[in-house]
Amino acid sequence: MDAMPKWADVVLIPLISLILAATISALVILAIGESPVEALNLMVKGALGSTYGWGYTLYYATNFIFTGLAVSVAFHSRMFNIGGEGQAMVGGLGVALICLYVPWPHWSLALVGGILAAAIFGAAWAAIPAFLQAKRGSHIVITTIMFNFIAAALLNYLLIGALKPKGSMEPATGKFPEATHLPSFQDMFSFGETALFRGAPANVSFFVAVVACFAVWALIWKTKLGYEIRAFGHSESAAKYAGISPTKIIMISMMISGGLAGMMAINNVQGEAERLVLNAVEGAGFIGIAVALMGRSHPFGVFLAALLFGFLYQGGAELALWTKIPREMIVVIQALVILFTGALDDMVRAPLERVFLALKRRKRKAA
Amino acid sequence: MTTAPAIELKGISKSFGPVQANKDISIRVMPGTIHGIIGENGAGKSTLMSILYGFYKADAGEIFISGQKTAIPDSQAAIAAGIGMVFQHFKLVENFTVLENVVLGAEDSGLLRPSLARARRELKALADEYELNVDPDAIIEDIGVGMQQRVEILKALYRRADILILDEPTGVLTPAEADHLFRILENLKREGKTIILITHKLREIIDATDTVSVMRRGEMTATVKTSETSPQKLAELMVGRKVSLQVEKSPAQVRDVILDVQNLNVTDEKGVHRVKDVSFNVRAGEILGIAGVSGNGQSELLEVLGGYEKGSGTITVNGQPIDLTGAKSDGRSRRERGIAHVPEDRQREGLIMDYHAWENVAFGYHHDPKYQNGMFMNNAAIKADTVEKMERFDVRPPDPRLAAKSFSGGNQQKIVLAREIERNPDLLLIGQPTRGVDIGAIEFIHQQIVALRDQGKAILLVSVELEEILALSDRIAVMFDGRMMGERRPQDTDEKELGMMMAGMNKGEAA
Amino acid sequence: MDLLTVLQVLDSTVRLATPLLLACLAGLFSERAGIFDIGLEGKMLAAAFLSAAVAYTSGSAWVGLGAGIFASLLLSGIHGLASITFRGNQLISGVAINFLAAGMTVVVAQSWFGQGGRTPQLSGAARFEPITLPFAEALREVPVLGPIYYELISGHTALVYIALLFVPLTWWILFRTRFGLRLRAVGENPAAVDTAGISVVWLRYMAVLICGVLCGIAGAYLATALQASFVKDMSAGRGFIALAALIFAKWRPWQALYSCLLFGFLQAFALRPDVIQTVVGFKVNGQLLDVLPYILTVIILAGFVGKAVPPRAGGEPYVKER
Repeated sequence: MDAMPKWADVVLIPLISLILAATISALVILAIGESPVEALNLMVKGALGSTYGWGYTLYYATNFIFTGLAVSVAFHSRMFNIGGEGQAMVGGLGVALICLYVPWPHWSLALVGGILAAAIFGAAWAAIPAFLQAKRGSHIVITTIMFNFIAAALLNYLLIGALKPKGSMEPATGKFPEATHLPSFQDMFSFGETALFRGAPANVSFFVAVVACFAVWALIWKTKLGYEIRAFGHSESAAKYAGISPTKIIMISMMISGGLAGMMAINNVQGEAERLVLNAVEGAGFIGIAVALMGRSHPFGVFLAALLFGFLYQGGAELALWTKIPREMIVVIQALVILFTGALDDMVRAPLERVFLALKRRKRKAA
Repeated sequence: MTTAPAIELKGISKSFGPVQANKDISIRVMPGTIHGIIGENGAGKSTLMSILYGFYKADAGEIFISGQKTAIPDSQAAIAAGIGMVFQHFKLVENFTVLENVVLGAEDSGLLRPSLARARRELKALADEYELNVDPDAIIEDIGVGMQQRVEILKALYRRADILILDEPTGVLTPAEADHLFRILENLKREGKTIILITHKLREIIDATDTVSVMRRGEMTATVKTSETSPQKLAELMVGRKVSLQVEKSPAQVRDVILDVQNLNVTDEKGVHRVKDVSFNVRAGEILGIAGVSGNGQSELLEVLGGYEKGSGTITVNGQPIDLTGAKSDGRSRRERGIAHVPEDRQREGLIMDYHAWENVAFGYHHDPKYQNGMFMNNAAIKADTVEKMERFDVRPPDPRLAAKSFSGGNQQKIVLAREIERNPDLLLIGQPTRGVDIGAIEFIHQQIVALRDQGKAILLVSVELEEILALSDRIAVMFDGRMMGERRPQDTDEKELGMMMAGMNKGEAA
Repeated sequence: MDLLTVLQVLDSTVRLATPLLLACLAGLFSERAGIFDIGLEGKMLAAAFLSAAVAYTSGSAWVGLGAGIFASLLLSGIHGLASITFRGNQLISGVAINFLAAGMTVVVAQSWFGQGGRTPQLSGAARFEPITLPFAEALREVPVLGPIYYELISGHTALVYIALLFVPLTWWILFRTRFGLRLRAVGENPAAVDTAGISVVWLRYMAVLICGVLCGIAGAYLATALQASFVKDMSAGRGFIALAALIFAKWRPWQALYSCLLFGFLQAFALRPDVIQTVVGFKVNGQLLDVLPYILTVIILAGFVGKAVPPRAGGEPYVKER
C-alpha cells in the first residue's frame, strides 16, 4: 500500500524541494549583499519579459531538454551518466565536421545530417565508458567524468590545430556555410513589420527537442526495449533471469543517452554559433543531471524542468549583467536542486508521508 | 516462592506504516527452558524478537527481564541485559576472521591486540564447554554455514548472554547439523541458559522445546506445554483452520525423457567449482526432487538450465541439445525451447518488485508476438491476460495495476507460477516453491505442481525443505558439494537416510 | 639526463602527489566505512578557496588551513546528512557537493575580493613555505645522497610531511585499533555492527568527518602551498583521480601512497616537455600530456591491472531489515 497519492510524489515533492533550493539561494544572494526580490524581478523581466528574453530562455531550455533526456534514459537503466558534457562537446565536433565538409543543398537536410552526426558522435563517446562498465565493471561515474576532461582536451587540440582556419588566431572552426544555418525563431515567427524574438538564438532545434521528448517517452514506456531497460534498472538479477542481456542494455541505454546529449549540438553549434568554439557546451551537460532529477526522469517532467533551468540560466545572465551576482550563481542553484531533489529526497518525503498517513487515518476514523 | 520469568513481555504493539506487525502481545519465558515460538511467515515472530533485541522500538508495551522492568532502546541495552540473538541471516563480516567477528563490539580497549588475545583464550574455553569448536583464525567466507552459525552463538556467549534467541536456525543446516545444534542448545539449557527458538517447522518445536507459543497475524494465539500438544493442533493454531499436511497424489504415469543432463560442470565467477560432473534425467509425467542443504550447487544447476549461468557438459531437452555457453545460452532461448522456470528467489529474480503485476506477467515472455503491437508493446493485451491469470490462480487482491511488492509472499509466488505454468511448458524448473509462503498458499502451489505433472509435463523441483521433497517427488536426488550423491524413491527412503546423503555420506560409508 | 633533472622531476612528483594522497586517504576512510564519496573534488575546492581567502585576510597559512578544513567539514556534513541520515543516493549527493563548491567558491570570491572569482596572491606567512630539514645545506655536497636529501627529501612544505605521516597513521588506525575494526566492519556489513550494539550512524559520520578533515588539508595545500592563490576550478579533477588511485590501491593505505605517487609522477612528467623529449626522442603534443592522467585513470578503472573488490556495503544506505 502506498502511503502517498501519486500526485504528491510527482508534483508536491519536487515543488517543495525547489522551494527549499530557492530559499537557500535567496539566502546566499542576501549574504553577498544583494536583494533576492530585486534579483527575481530582474530575472523574470530578463528571461520572460520580452520575446527576446523568451528567445534566450527557450534556447537554453532546448539544450537542457536534450541533456536532461540523456541523463534520464541512463537513469532508467540505473546508469549515472555524468558525461553529458563531454558527449555534447563531441556531438558538436560531429556537427562541425558534417556542416563544414558536406555541401548541403538546404537547411532541412543539413538539420537531418546534423542530428545524425551529433547523435552518432555523442553515442560513440558514451560507448567507451559503457563498454568498460559492462565488460570490466569500471565505475561509469568516474569514467564518464574522465571522458569529459578528455573530450575537452581533444577539442582544444583540434580547435587550435586541424580545424582552425589558416590565419585565424581564435581557437574555433570557420563559419559554417549559409545552407547549414537553421531558421531561428525570428525567421519563423516574424510577420511583416513585427519582428519577434529579434536577435535571440532560439531556433528550430527547439521543436526537435520536443519531438525527442515524445520519442523518449514512447521508447521507455511503450516499447520492448524500454521495458527491458527499466527492468534492468530495477533489478539486474531479475533481468538476467528473464534473458535480458546486461551488456546489451548498458551499451544501448548509454549510447541513446550519449546520442541525446550529443544532439544538443544542433542547437548550440549549428543553430546558434554556426561554428564550433571552445567550451561551447557551457555546463549544459551537467545541468542535465539537475533537470533529470527534478523531472523524475520522465520526459514531460524533463521538459518542464528544462524550461525552469532555461529561465534560471537566462535570468542568471541578466543578473550578471546588472548586479554583482556572478553567473556561477546558477551553478549553486543547480547544485541545490540536485541536492534536494536527488540526495535529500527522503528529508522531504518522510515527513510528507507521515502527514498523508495521518490524514488517511483520520479519514478512516471519520468514515 | 516461584521464580520470576527470564523474560516477560506485556502488551507489546508495533506498526510499520499502515501494517500492524505485533498486536498487544504478552508472553512469559521461564529460565532454563527452551521456548519455541511458531507461526507462519509474516505472523510477527521476527518483529517481536527484534523488539526484544532492541532492533526496533515497540509502539507500546513493557519488557521485564528476570522480574526487572527493563528498557531496551537499542541492541547495546539488550546485550547488557544478557540477551543474545542469532539472526536467520547471519550478521557476520565475511572477510574478517572468526576472532575479529567475536570481538567486534565487545572490545576491551581502544587497541585491538589485547582484546583479540583475551578472546582467543575465552573462545577456547567456550568451545570446550559447549562442543562449539571453530578455528579462531579462519575467515568467515571460507567456512560453512554450520560453522558460521556457531560463530554467531559464540558471539552471544562471549558477551555473557543468559538468554539466547535463535531465528529459524535450521534453515541452512543438514539434518545432522541441526541435531548437533539441538544438542548444543540442550547443553546451554543445562547450564541454566534460557533459549527462545523461532521456527516455522513443527517437527523442531515438538522435538526440541519445553513450551511453545503460537503467533498468527501479529497476535499471540496460544502458549502451551509442548508435551501436551501435537503437530496437527499447532498447525491449526497457526493457520486458524483445519489444514491438510499431506499432498494428495496419484501414482506417476511416466513417459519419455524430456530433460537429460550429462556430465554437467559449472564454475562460478569467482572460479569456484559449483557443480561437479552431474548427470540425471527427468521424464514426462514425473517430478524429480533435488534435495540438499542450500549452497551445494542446486542454485547453479537451476541457473544453467534457466540459461543465465554458463556450464560445460551436455544437456538435451526433447532430445535436442541446448546451448550452454554461446549466444543461445540465455533465458529467452530457454523459454523458446519450452523450459519454464520458477526461480528460487522470486524477489531478486522472478519478479521486478517495482513493476505492476501486469508487467510482471509478461516478464521473460515480453517477446511473445501476442504482446506486440507493431513496434510497440500491446499493454492492453498483457493486462487482459493478467486479469485472467490472476483469476485462475486466485491471486489476491486481483488488481493487475498493483506493484509486485504490494502482494504477500504467497500471492507473489502465485503470480510467478501463473506466468510460468500457463505457458504450457514441456519442462518446469521450480526452486524453493514455498519459501516464505503461508500454509494456505502452500497447499495451492503443491496442487498446481502435481496437476502439471499429471498433464504429462516434466518437473525438476529443488527444495531445501526435506518434507516438501518427500511429499512431492516421484524420484529424489541428493546434491552435496556440487555432486549427485545418488537417487532414491520416496517410498524406499526416509529423512534419516536423505539427511546422511545431504551431509555427504553414502549408505555404505555411513554403515 | 643528469641526476639533478631526475631529482627535479621526482621532487615535483612528491609535490603533485601530496593533494592526491590526502584526498585518496580521505576517500579511503569514507569508502572503508561504506560511504562512496564522489565529492572529494568539491571538498578540496571549497577548502582551497576558504583557506586562501582566510590566509590572505589573516596573514597566516595555518589559520587558513583551519578555515579550509572547516569548509570541507561543512560539505562533509551535508554528505553525511544526505547519505547517512536521510539514506539518499551517495553518488548524487557527491555530484551536488561538487557543483555547490564550484559555484559557491566563485560567487563568494567575487563578492569578497572582486577579482573575478579568484583570491589575491598570497605571500610571506600567508603561504606554507618549504622547510629545510636539518643538515640539508651541509650535506648538499655529498655525492648522490647529498642532492637526494637536499632536493628530494628536504625542502617541502609542512603539509607534504603531514600527508606522508598520514599513511602509516591510517594503516595503524585501520588495522590496530578498535575504531578501525569497527570502521572496516561497517563498510562490509553494517548489520553486523548494528547487532553488536554499535551505532552505524555514528561510525559512518566519524568516517565522513575524517574524510572532510583530510580533504580540507588537501584543498588548503593546493591554494596555500602548491600555488599561491585560489583560482576557479583549481582542483582540476584531482578528486576523481584520487578515487581512481584508491581503487587501484584496493582501499589500502600503503598502496594508496604508491598509486598516488604514480599519478603525481605522470603530472610532474607532463610539466616537463623537455625531459619527455629526451626520454622518448621526439616532441610530444602538450594536450596529450595533459590528458595522460585522465587516460591512465580510465585504464586503471578498466581493470587492466587486476580486479578490485570494493567494501561490500559501499554505496548502500543502511536500512534495518525486518
